[in-house]
Amino acid sequence: MKKASLLAVATAATFMAGAASAATLDDVKAKGFIQCGVTTGLAGFASPNDQGVWEGFDVDFCRAMSAAVFGNPDKVKYTPTTAKERFTALQSGEIDVLARNTTWTMSRDVNLGFEFIGVNYYDGQGFMVKKSLGVSSAKELSGARVCLQSGTTTELNLADYFAANDMKYDSVLFDTADEVREAYIKDTCDVYTTDQSGLYAQRSVISDPENHVVLPEVISKEPLGPLVRHGDNAWGDIARWTLNAMINAEEMGITSGNVDSMMSSKNPAVGRLLGASGDLGAQLNLDAKWAYNIVKSVGNYGEVFEKHLGAATPLKITRGLNALWSTGGILYAAPAR
Amino acid sequence: MAIVKTERHPELAPPVSQTGVIGWVRENLFSSWLNSVLTVVSIYVIWQAASGIVSWAFINANFIGETKADCTGSGACWVFIKARFGQNMYGFYPEPERWRVNLGYILGAVGLFLVLSDYVKSKKWPGIFLFVIYPVLCYFLFYGGFGLEVIETSQWGGLFLTLVLASVSIFVALPLGVLLALGRRSEMPVIRMLCVGFIELVRAVPLISVLFMASVMLPLFLPEGQNFDKLVRALVGMSLFSAAYMAEVVRGGLQAIPKGQMEAANSLGLGYWKSMGLIILPQALKISIPSIVNTFIGLFKDTTLVLIIGLLDLLSIVKGGTTDKNWLGLATEGYVFVAAVFWVFCFSMSRYSIWLENKLHTGHKR
Repeated sequence: MKKASLLAVATAATFMAGAASAATLDDVKAKGFIQCGVTTGLAGFASPNDQGVWEGFDVDFCRAMSAAVFGNPDKVKYTPTTAKERFTALQSGEIDVLARNTTWTMSRDVNLGFEFIGVNYYDGQGFMVKKSLGVSSAKELSGARVCLQSGTTTELNLADYFAANDMKYDSVLFDTADEVREAYIKDTCDVYTTDQSGLYAQRSVISDPENHVVLPEVISKEPLGPLVRHGDNAWGDIARWTLNAMINAEEMGITSGNVDSMMSSKNPAVGRLLGASGDLGAQLNLDAKWAYNIVKSVGNYGEVFEKHLGAATPLKITRGLNALWSTGGILYAAPAR
Repeated sequence: MAIVKTERHPELAPPVSQTGVIGWVRENLFSSWLNSVLTVVSIYVIWQAASGIVSWAFINANFIGETKADCTGSGACWVFIKARFGQNMYGFYPEPERWRVNLGYILGAVGLFLVLSDYVKSKKWPGIFLFVIYPVLCYFLFYGGFGLEVIETSQWGGLFLTLVLASVSIFVALPLGVLLALGRRSEMPVIRMLCVGFIELVRAVPLISVLFMASVMLPLFLPEGQNFDKLVRALVGMSLFSAAYMAEVVRGGLQAIPKGQMEAANSLGLGYWKSMGLIILPQALKISIPSIVNTFIGLFKDTTLVLIIGLLDLLSIVKGGTTDKNWLGLATEGYVFVAAVFWVFCFSMSRYSIWLENKLHTGHKR
């Protein structure tokens, strides 16, 4: 079997060599699907369900792009990527877009040659404590024993935060997230620190989640967002405006349920976004109803958040920073006009 | 009148304390006070460990249901494994097409049985089937073609992918390893140096870095958009890697064959390949059976390393399942299940190798 497939690959490579990759949008339309890089499994963001279908917050971004390009959210093929090979997969053209809770940093954006198209989840390091401790702010944690995973930036952020606030702490280090959780449950330490989305995931696993609370302070910036390759701005625009359309739809109150009636809305901004008027779709080289398709088949940002991360899920993540700017968060999408 | 017993006294059974269960127990467990103490302590320790495991895995475990909410008992939640069993076995291979994988399994099992068992004397046709026809058949069966829907390798996963990785690597590694071993002992300097160079280079790097090179570096050297299949890259890496190990195992066997064997073969007028094929290799391979199977078992378990290049083999697909938000917190069940599956396969391989050793044992057993 190996010989045969090697042969097939060698032949294919010979024939395909030289066919320079044109604009990603044309490639995607020609092959009929978007190849989307996701994690190999992260609760709420991307994981295969019982039927083997990928589900999650990041997965829904890929589906939204598919809805924008094809009018059908299911024309996506997923490539599970690990933290180490995700960038190569994007650089080499194995995937068209990477939606894999990747932190937007300067060197990744500039040096690695990627284009982050926005932030779909504002994460950051936080603290979880037992309610019985009676603490409501991280500022009251002086003298606490803190459990965390060794060898991550978590450790450095923690040291900085406690030093800056002139507080003392004892750190208890473990190798894996599961060990940290067990130690925290067994009262080896008072505080569990890691990225907030991770804290919520770990809390959902504890047998008495209601007795634990994630403190409001966020001590590091981890803006997670989807990214595409440098140099194909048209494709980057589609990705960026897919995300913006989802956020704008929430801001305008357009949901997957009312999108049909919103088509005839008196608000001209709604009409422009949904394609009832104007030519925004054509500017992106897409169908006029691109945003309508996104909201209709995937939902607006808030719907997607609630579906995969929100209060109805075991993760029970609150919107926090990820609420709209008009409701106390920092989600602020450029207007579609 | 002298009392003389004329008939023999009937043979009495040995005393109860020397035979049966009691005898065995006295002999083996309580033969001295030290042994008695050790026995009692060991039984206590085993009881402590086993009772917890048994009640977790069986007595308090949950077997019935569809979702995590059905896991109300305090023990293991096997519902999780049951609900995702298909996915753990076949990955994302579409359900209506899974018969193809099963058919491949059955054909492979039949082929293996014909080649490996004692019941069939002539190995020629079974051998041709298993080593020539079967791989080609599997390629079309698993991948597609000839009217069968094409299933991309990215859809492959679970135990199926693990078996593909292991069997292809084993299938390539053994013959390639034999050739490399012969090459290393060759008297032709170029061939010898090439073989030594390859073996030493590959053995000097960890498998994980070979996989990394194949998966992360290789695509960067190719023009954008041109890519080998990820699975093929992993297969090539693993096959070459295990071939290098196999070469050294086989070379060990070759070293053990006295020089006289080769000279005897030569004096019969046999050429190099004939003397190797008929005289030297059968003996050398027989000696190396334990090490060869050892390498296979190691290789089988090493397949889990493809986790780091994002191929969803049995271990990674179960791991991915534990991150499904509907099944959070069931990592222990997942890992126990994976361990059990691996144990079954590795143990079978080791039992077969013992059987084969005994069968081929022709007199110089040590």
